[in-house]
Amino acid sequence: MGEAKPNNETLLDIFRTMTLLKLHDERFRSLLKSGRVSMPYYSWRGQEAIPAGLTAALRPGDFICTNYRGLHDSLARGVPLRELWAELFGKATGACKGKGGPMHITHPKSGVMVTTGIVGSSMPIANGLALASQISGDGRVTVATFGDGASNIGAFHEALNLASIWKLPVIFLCSNNLYAEHTKFENGTAVERVADRAVAYRMPGVRVDGNDPLVVFAAAEEAIARARGGDGPTLIEAMTFRFFGHVFGDNDAYMDAGEKAAAMEKDPVPAYRQRLLAQGVATEAQLAAIELDIETQINDAEQFALESPLPDPLEVGTDIYAGQPA
Amino acid sequence: MSAELKPVGMIAVLNRALHDAFAADEKVIAFGEDFADREGGGVFGVSKGLSTKFGTSRVRSTPISEQAIIGAAIGASLAGFRPVVEIMLMNFTAVAMDMIVNHAAKLRYMSGGQTHVPITIRTTTGAGFGIGGQHSDMLEAWFAHTAGLKVVVPSNPTDAYGLLTSCIFDDDPCIFIEPLGLMRCQGMLPEPGHRIPLGKAAIVREGADVTVVSYGRQVGECLAAADSLAAEGIRAEVIDLRTVSPLDMQTVLSSVRRTGRVVIVHEAVRNCGVGAEVAARINEALFGKLRAPVQRVCGFDSPVPYSKPLETAFLPNKETIAAAVRAALREIQN
Repeated sequence: MGEAKPNNETLLDIFRTMTLLKLHDERFRSLLKSGRVSMPYYSWRGQEAIPAGLTAALRPGDFICTNYRGLHDSLARGVPLRELWAELFGKATGACKGKGGPMHITHPKSGVMVTTGIVGSSMPIANGLALASQISGDGRVTVATFGDGASNIGAFHEALNLASIWKLPVIFLCSNNLYAEHTKFENGTAVERVADRAVAYRMPGVRVDGNDPLVVFAAAEEAIARARGGDGPTLIEAMTFRFFGHVFGDNDAYMDAGEKAAAMEKDPVPAYRQRLLAQGVATEAQLAAIELDIETQINDAEQFALESPLPDPLEVGTDIYAGQPA
Repeated sequence: MSAELKPVGMIAVLNRALHDAFAADEKVIAFGEDFADREGGGVFGVSKGLSTKFGTSRVRSTPISEQAIIGAAIGASLAGFRPVVEIMLMNFTAVAMDMIVNHAAKLRYMSGGQTHVPITIRTTTGAGFGIGGQHSDMLEAWFAHTAGLKVVVPSNPTDAYGLLTSCIFDDDPCIFIEPLGLMRCQGMLPEPGHRIPLGKAAIVREGADVTVVSYGRQVGECLAAADSLAAEGIRAEVIDLRTVSPLDMQTVLSSVRRTGRVVIVHEAVRNCGVGAEVAARINEALFGKLRAPVQRVCGFDSPVPYSKPLETAFLPNKETIAAAVRAALREIQN
């Protein structure tokens, strides 16, 4: 693992991101429960340490290709909350004018180039962004995020092979939350560790504790340095757990009793908060102020989204091809 | 347009179009299986010389990984490049349909116009060469059925240059189909950078009695049929669609308004083919003005067979086209 020792500013940035992800998810699930909004929603609660650790290691110009549970990546990369919430609500003011929705957030200004609803498809496209950087020498890296289930689809294998032979500046970051939709990891995957699959593509593969943001940060820093240095891709498998099933409304009947409760006991967000206090990185008052600030931003985004207009129906016919009125 | 006087073959024309696009814009990159010179410059030699001249950073051979090929093209295009990728044979696009249909076609729309995917997917296909059911299909209707894609099929080498150049510099994802049956055709080489607008059909033969609508390799069969029909006093107008999505219905409808009779010809199977769409749009616009039912001459609704007599029976030809034209003319005039 790398020698990365994040300074206090970075430690607090990570806390800010984790808090944003936790509070956003909690607010959103409560809204869905209230029936005020309705949409396919894939909660990431429990996985906050991974996007928080990753994002702290990236530079502003770097690219990310994420997936339908990866809304947390968009939030972590700084997609403005108002635009993001309005998009989730299908409003004209949304990041994608209401044409993408929760599974297809795009925000190039934040480096979020693709959010795919197709398992595994973030990886071949991430290669292309990395190829662009390799040809132009712009020094960017691209991260593809995906889940353990995606390591069983062909796109994963084609993408890792190509990234390796071309030495592309790309990082493959797998959040292994132990379930592919309803199927337990070991019942659907022939290897014990996704990271082991890196061997077949002659790239480094590491399995790390995905519930510790500093461990993720260190692994990401090392992989990013390798990619930027022209030494090619890395596969990182970050072990975690999703608290609320595959999709909102899921009854978790396919999970072992107690498994979820045990994971929630080790909730990474309060654990990290406690650590910052214990190490004297911040005071209770400082952390509470960060939480209050994020709460306020979420209130603002929610209100903006609720009050924003729905798209004009004529918008259905724009943005299909170039040259159509935007 | 000044043209070289010596006719050149389809492969040389495509090769020249790629070279000219590479010279014109350093954002043009290209890759595919066996694509670079070390691997022979493409299975048909279309990319010969490209990697030697422009380097193996911009011109690459790939593993046999169609999803990875199209995915890499999409990603590079999102970052400002104009990738031209070669999928060796059209049936192999089936392996990469997720990348083409779910991503290339939709990213502009789903991002609300924040990103776009200016890629060109070059591929070749066509029946008649004894290569069986998985190497011969014309699959253009699959792609025409997906909003966000443009689908282009040249009928001759000269058009191929202008259409391919337009695809490469178009800001939307283009499927460019190089008919296998035209690979040995000769044509005139246009001046460098010549473009033919996408979405515009061409009237390749004028006539007052019947409109024959086609594209790709079958345009040649239609012209041959029109020659033999002329000997019978039948004047057939032949329209080459050039682009099957978006369709240039303006050119088709204005011809049908004059002739009142239509025969649509394509090599792809009939069921839900491009001809069905053209026929439906003619009906929508000109119902009551047609003097005969719209006729279709298409590939037989079967997989492409291997054995020569079966493969010949699968394909349209100038005789079956001429027969359809005569049938259209036999209909009682209003």
